[in-house]
Formats: sequence, structure tokens, C-alpha cells
Amino acid sequence: MQRDEKMKEKGSGLSRRTFLKVSGISLSVPVVLGHRTIKVAGAEVEVYGPGKVPIALTVNGAKHTAEVEPRVTLLEALRHELDLTGAKRVCDRATCGACTVIMDGKPVYSCSVLALEAQGKQITTAEGLLRGDRLHPVQQAFIDNDAQQCGFCTPGFVVACKVFLDKNPNPTPEEIQKGLGGNLCRCGTYVGVRAAVAQAANQYPNRKGGGNQSTSKGGR
Amino acid sequence: MAEYKWPEPEKRSLIGKRISRVDGPAKVSGKAKYTYDIKRPDMLYGKVLRSPHAHAKIVSIDTSAAEKMPGVKAVKVIQEPGTEIKWAGDEIVAVAAVDEPTAEDAIRAIKVTYEKLPHLVVEEDLSAAGDNAKPAAEQTAGEPEKAFGEAEVIVEGFYGLPVITHCCLESHGSISEWEGDQNLLVHISTQAVSNVANQIGRPLGIPAANVRVKQDHIGGGFGSKFQVDRWDVTAAQLSKMAGGKPVKIMLERDAELMVAGIRPSAYARVKVGAKRDGEIIAWQSESWNTGGSGGGGSPPLPYVFSVPNKHTQHTGIATNTGSARAWRAPNHPQGCLVTMSALEDTAARLEMDPLDFFLKNIELAGRFAEVYREEFAIAADLMEWKKNWHQRGAKTAGPVKRGLGLSLHTWGGGGHGSNCDVIIHPDGSVEVKMGTQDLGTGTRTAIMMVAAETFGLPLEAIKLMIGDNQFPTSGASGGSTTIGGVSASTRRGTLDALEQLFEKVAPSLNVQPADLEAVAGRIRVKSDPRRGLSWKEACMKIGGTAITTRGRNPGPGTLNSSGVGGVQMADVSVDVETGIVRVNKVVAVQDCGLIIDLKTAESQVYGALIMGVCYALYEERIMDARTGRMLNPNMEFYKLAGLGDIGELVVHMMTGKAYDERGVIGLGEPPVISPGAAISNAVANAVGVRVPSLPLTPDRVLAALQYPDREGGSSKNGGNDAGI
Repeated sequence: MQRDEKMKEKGSGLSRRTFLKVSGISLSVPVVLGHRTIKVAGAEVEVYGPGKVPIALTVNGAKHTAEVEPRVTLLEALRHELDLTGAKRVCDRATCGACTVIMDGKPVYSCSVLALEAQGKQITTAEGLLRGDRLHPVQQAFIDNDAQQCGFCTPGFVVACKVFLDKNPNPTPEEIQKGLGGNLCRCGTYVGVRAAVAQAANQYPNRKGGGNQSTSKGGR
Repeated sequence: MAEYKWPEPEKRSLIGKRISRVDGPAKVSGKAKYTYDIKRPDMLYGKVLRSPHAHAKIVSIDTSAAEKMPGVKAVKVIQEPGTEIKWAGDEIVAVAAVDEPTAEDAIRAIKVTYEKLPHLVVEEDLSAAGDNAKPAAEQTAGEPEKAFGEAEVIVEGFYGLPVITHCCLESHGSISEWEGDQNLLVHISTQAVSNVANQIGRPLGIPAANVRVKQDHIGGGFGSKFQVDRWDVTAAQLSKMAGGKPVKIMLERDAELMVAGIRPSAYARVKVGAKRDGEIIAWQSESWNTGGSGGGGSPPLPYVFSVPNKHTQHTGIATNTGSARAWRAPNHPQGCLVTMSALEDTAARLEMDPLDFFLKNIELAGRFAEVYREEFAIAADLMEWKKNWHQRGAKTAGPVKRGLGLSLHTWGGGGHGSNCDVIIHPDGSVEVKMGTQDLGTGTRTAIMMVAAETFGLPLEAIKLMIGDNQFPTSGASGGSTTIGGVSASTRRGTLDALEQLFEKVAPSLNVQPADLEAVAGRIRVKSDPRRGLSWKEACMKIGGTAITTRGRNPGPGTLNSSGVGGVQMADVSVDVETGIVRVNKVVAVQDCGLIIDLKTAESQVYGALIMGVCYALYEERIMDARTGRMLNPNMEFYKLAGLGDIGELVVHMMTGKAYDERGVIGLGEPPVISPGAAISNAVANAVGVRVPSLPLTPDRVLAALQYPDREGGSSKNGGNDAGI
């Protein structure tokens, strides 16, 4: 569904960004900070941009403010404005998962969330999983099972695994394969990732029953 | 003079063990900084306007609107009007602006007109290549005609694999900034930190000595990041135009897939002649490929097996597509797929188990015949080959057919030139500095393991600095040459430093330097281990000036060598109603001499198998013959395997005395060579017919089942209309 929409967007000759820009209505209006409210078909609609607007983001428990154009994505705001570069831009269209962050408890592809939309949400990135210098059990499991090579997909993968285990503390191998299919790795670290998830699952506090997960490398 | 060799197995505290990579914590926490992540003060963002045409002449360029846009700091025409453009995606104009959105707007405001010229972008059909086909000389060995006359079985087939891309997750690019007009600082995503200064200095007209190059981490290279690219030079030029401010150009995903490197395709018509007992006596192949507008080299045919009588001819086809770059084991996966497929087809015709058939001819594999024999025995055990193999296409009930396939491969992997500085400070701290890079293969970890092993120290006692061209030069990380190079230079440098330390310490223990050893954090007397000093106490004997040595490769002693063999077996299931291939299991048995870090070595093999599954089942660059453009320069339609697509993977590393004695040999490339062939052979075994071309997509599988005698096996036109 999502992909169909993308293709349509592309086919119309408008990218996401240009669409947002030309539909900003007030192209002739000088740069105004903040949004304006206009009436469209009898309803009041908030209009942002096209110039920079102030935003406030809550990331890893801390509040940040910045000024960005409305077309700026959450990923770009994290990377360019907050210098949180753990989330990576790779496909830039919600396919590869390298930009995965947690927004109000759910994993999202931050390349496909506007920074504006992310306001008022609790956002956690790979950097935010640390407690001081202490690694999250998922992060430690990635190291123990060498679930990384070049490491470019790793922060997104770590975040995806963390949210996955929050929801599925007792995953079967089949659930791991399905639940973590949204992150792509080019070096080929999936064997390590599977083992890391199994190891971290064994350490999850809300896990039911005993650990019968295989942590042997290469297991399905 | 130190004796340059590796410690005996029983004396190794780190080498050969499973050690976690040292940069793991930085990577899992998002703190590892890649070139893509670097943000310099006042940095400008560069974007590139690219040609939409595969072959065209630039008629006019109008950048005036872009230049007037607020926030645009520099506009640089890369190729002037009149220039002939030879592939879609080639760089035309670049801009630098205060942020990415502004730079993108500026690119859209540039107007370029072109005169379109005829193009060729599809090469699967050799007869359609016309003048773009450049045949190389025919090569003959033995008496192929006579041998085919004597052959009791002759098997002919067509095999191929399309162009694929490197698809590095961190795209290519760099950040350049000037200090004055003669000194440049470059952060760049590169496989060759020590080679960048010379390459970028020349076009900019400054000495290499004035270029500082840095890279902490790299998000994938796979052979595509050896060279400084035009966009890197452009970033430096834009920086200069903008008063020296840092300018960052990292490729967009579509450009990364279109212009930043491809693996050449390979297609071949092959004829194999054999005796009824399975002896291979003759080979003939007519092969062709494309590596873009230039050549792509030719695949080694026949691969590994030196068939005594052979006739080969290869034709390179120039296409209007982005250029080839080294892709993990250049030309070997292609040679392997063609050869092992043809040989497996021959075994099937003879109704022989291909394992028996390969072993019968294993002497033709030359130097590594015995290694392959040993490896096949282990692999067959891990795959339960004899229990699970069946004659090709044996009828089992239901639409899902299961099959086994195998392959073998070789690679060089001799250590490259490498230098390092080793410093032992009087306070006991230790530094190693080397102008190398860690591609994610574990180079940092391996260097630190070698240094710590020599000094009898824990890993964390070594302060390692790499990724900077102010450190002693070390080779490019390609051709699986890094581990052999860096481990040897580090071993020599640390042994020399340790020898100097022994000289300082020996008098205080009333022994000769040669009587000492460094073990478990102590410098002690070999014959009386209770006598000795802690490392820190020993280093206090150094005096005021630190011990500094330069480790080198090549150098004295046998610390590394070249040449490995590996075998792989695949188990697949194929649904003959849907054409979907699933990998159930792949077994890899790999030799790489002495292994430094078993953990990261295994990871490389797992990674190679997964990359192999990608190109066997999913990956292909799809070109549109009509527009000349790539149809899938993105990650939705340029398919990579996901975590659920790879089946069970089993890796067995060959270890032991015979392997140790060859010293350290590279590992990055060899295990990525065989998966395509092993999986293709397994599919043929499962469904009873050869699916001629990779990737083994449902359309190709169904076409092969329906038209078993058709070349290519894909929807005709070389996949022009496939996949979209």
C-alpha cells in the first residue's frame, strides 16, 4: 500500500518534498516563523512554512528545540539539528530500516516521519538505549554475537530488536524472522542478529517460562 | 634480531580465539561516526545534478537561477556543454548550499538541454550488441577438438548472471575543507586511507603532503571505494569557491546504485566433454559481459578446474551504464557460476553424484586439491550429503521440490604492503599507529590482538590509531589483502619493540635479553617464570624516551602467504507452482591459513553467504532498454535478502597445524564466490532443469520449467520488463 502510494507520488512528478512545498500555499508570503491558520472548505487548517518553523522534540528524555523547514524529516532533524547520527539515512523511503527510532513505544522509519509530526512524542534512538555507559541487553547481545560488521545498519537494527522484544519477550525463531524483516544489512549480519535477539530475550525481565532458545550461531 | 614468527598454538592467549570486535560498543550505541555522520562547523551541503540520458551530448547549461537563490554558496559545472555523456546518472553540475533542502531546490532550478544519442544498456543477447561488442583473442590449450571427439558425453548449456551493484549502505562521498588555499582536510568514505591524498591532490593542483585524510568508520565498500571520485574533487572545488568552508557531498541512494560501482555481468555458452566414468577432458566456452562503458575484465573459465583441453573466447560489451568496480572477488563469482553449473549439468547427465564427480576430477584443481578433498568430507558430513542427495529432479510428491548443490572456489589474499609505528612508553602504555581502515571486517580488533599477544597484555592495554593518513602508510583494503598485511606489520613492529624492552630489562634480572618472555602482563625469565617484572615495572627501565619501532610488511619471516580453497553446499526448496526458491541451509567450509580472530572471521563467512543468497535469488540491476535508465535504483526494487530469507547457515573454518604453517591469509572474498553456483546447482537438482541465469527469481524458475531448452530462461529482453 505504502509502496503504491510512493510510486504514484513519483509518477506525478512531485516528490514528497516538492509536494509539501508547493502545497504550502503561501509561496509569496515572506518567511514567517510558526504556523498560520487558514480556512479551507470551511475548515480551519494549520499551515506551516514554506520557511523555517520552530519545533520542539523530546528525544531520549531531553527536550530540544530547532528551526526547520516543514519538509524536514524527523531523521534529518535528529542528524542535522541534534547531531544524533545513530539513525542513518540509507534508502530514504521506508524500506531498509537503518533510520529506525522509537516513537511513543513504536518503531518508526524516521526518514518517513516529518519532524513536525514528531512533536509531542517520546522519541528514543540507539544512543538513548544507554544508561550512562551501560549498554542495553540488546546492545550487549549484538556485541557478544557479533551482529555487526560495518555497523551502518546496526543502530537501527538494535532499536528494532529492542522494540520487538518489548512486545515479544518470548519470541519463536519464526517470530524473530518475521518481526525483524524490516531492517536490511549489506554485510550480512543476520545470523548474529538472530542469535543476539535470542540471547537478549533470555535476559528480558518480563519473559515467561525458561529459556529454550538456541543461541548457537547459524540456528534458524 | 627478533625471530619473526607466530607464537606456538599452546602459547597463544588471543590469536585464534573468539574475540568480540573492539568497536562493537561504539557501533551498537550509534556513537561510531561515519563520514556520512560528520558535521563540520559552517558545513555546506553539496548536491549533484545528473544526466537523465544514457548517451547524450550536453547542449546548454543554465545555472543562473540556482546561483541567485538565497543560501546557495557555490555552483560548479562539472561537465561543460559539448561533452558527450555516456551513462545516465553522470555528473553535470554541483551546488553547495547552507542546507540540504536549499541545495536540492538549487539543483531543480538548473536547466540543462541535451542532444540524445543512441544507447545500448542491455547485454544478455550478444547478437544485439553490434559494434559495442569487443571480442578478445581466442585461447586454446591442449587439443580441444580431438578431446571432444573422444568424449563419451558432451553437455552444452547457457549460464549467466546479471550486473549487480555494491549497494553500500553508507553511500560514497566526502567532506572537504581548505585551510588557506594550499591545505585540504578531507573526511572520506574510503577503503584506502593512505591513497586518498595523492589521488585528490593531483586534480586540485596541491601536493599530496598538503592533504590530511580522515576516516573513523566506513559503512561498506565491497570493492567500490578504492578511488577518489569526481564528486570528491568537486566537493573540494566547491569548498574553495565558498571560501574554504567544508562542503559535504554524499551520494543519494539512486546515484549510489547507478554510478558508484557495479559487478560485471557474465553470460556464457559452454560445452563440456567427459568420459563415461566422469573424467572431464574438454571445455569450450563463448562468454560475454559488460562492465559499463569500459571493460569489466573476463571471468576465469573454466574456474579452478584446469581442464586439459580447452578453447575459450570472451567478448566485452561496452554499454551506456555506470562503470564496473571491483566487487568482492572480482570475476570469480561469475567464473564459478558458469563453471560449476556446467560441471554439475555434466554430472547430472552422467547420473553421477556431483560430489563424486568433483572428487574424481579434484586433481585438476591443482595446489588445493587436498584442501578441497578434506573440506568436502567435512561439508558432506555437515550437510548429510550422502543421505539427502538424490538424482536430479527425482520425483517427490507435492509442488515443493528439495535439492542439494555444491561448489568450490579459490582466492589469493596475500598481505598487502603495510607499515605501523609501535610505541612503548616508559609508563607502560602502548600505542600502535597505522594508516589503515576497518571495513567492518574486524581490522582494528585483529591489530590489537596481535599487539597484545606479542606483549602478553590484555587487549585494552593497546591504544590503536587508524583511519588517518598522518600514520604510516598501509595498503588499500581490497583483494582480501588487509589481514595478512596489518597482522604481519604489527607482529614485526611489536616483536622489535619487545626485543628493545628485553634489552632494557635483562640486566636487572641478570639474564640475557633472549632469556626473557612477555606473558600475562609480566616480563619474566623463560627458565624460571617466577623471576620477572610486571609490565609496568619493566617499562620503567626504558628511561626517558619511549621505545619506537616501525613494523613493515613485507619483511623477514613467514607470517603470511597467499592462496586458499573453500567449498560450499546448499539445500533449497523450490515451489514449482509459484517458482519461489527458499534456501534451507548452506554449509561453508573455508580455509584461510592462520586465523587471528575466529569470531570476526566466521562473521565474514556468514556475511559472504548472505551476500551470496542475495545475488543468487534477488539482486539485479534492471535497465530499461528504451530510456536507457536503471529501473530499480532504490532499495524497494533492488532486492536484498532480509533476516528471514537466508535459511540455516553453517560455517566451518579449517584450522590446525597445516593451516597455521601457511601464516595469515585473507578471507573477505573467497566465501562469496560459491553461493550462487551452489544454490543454482541445488535448484537444478530440485526441479530437474537448469535455471540458466541468476537471480533465481520466480519468473526465471517458471520459464525454465516451461521452456527448459531456452537460453536465458528469463522473460526475453534480458529482464527489461521483469521485476517492475
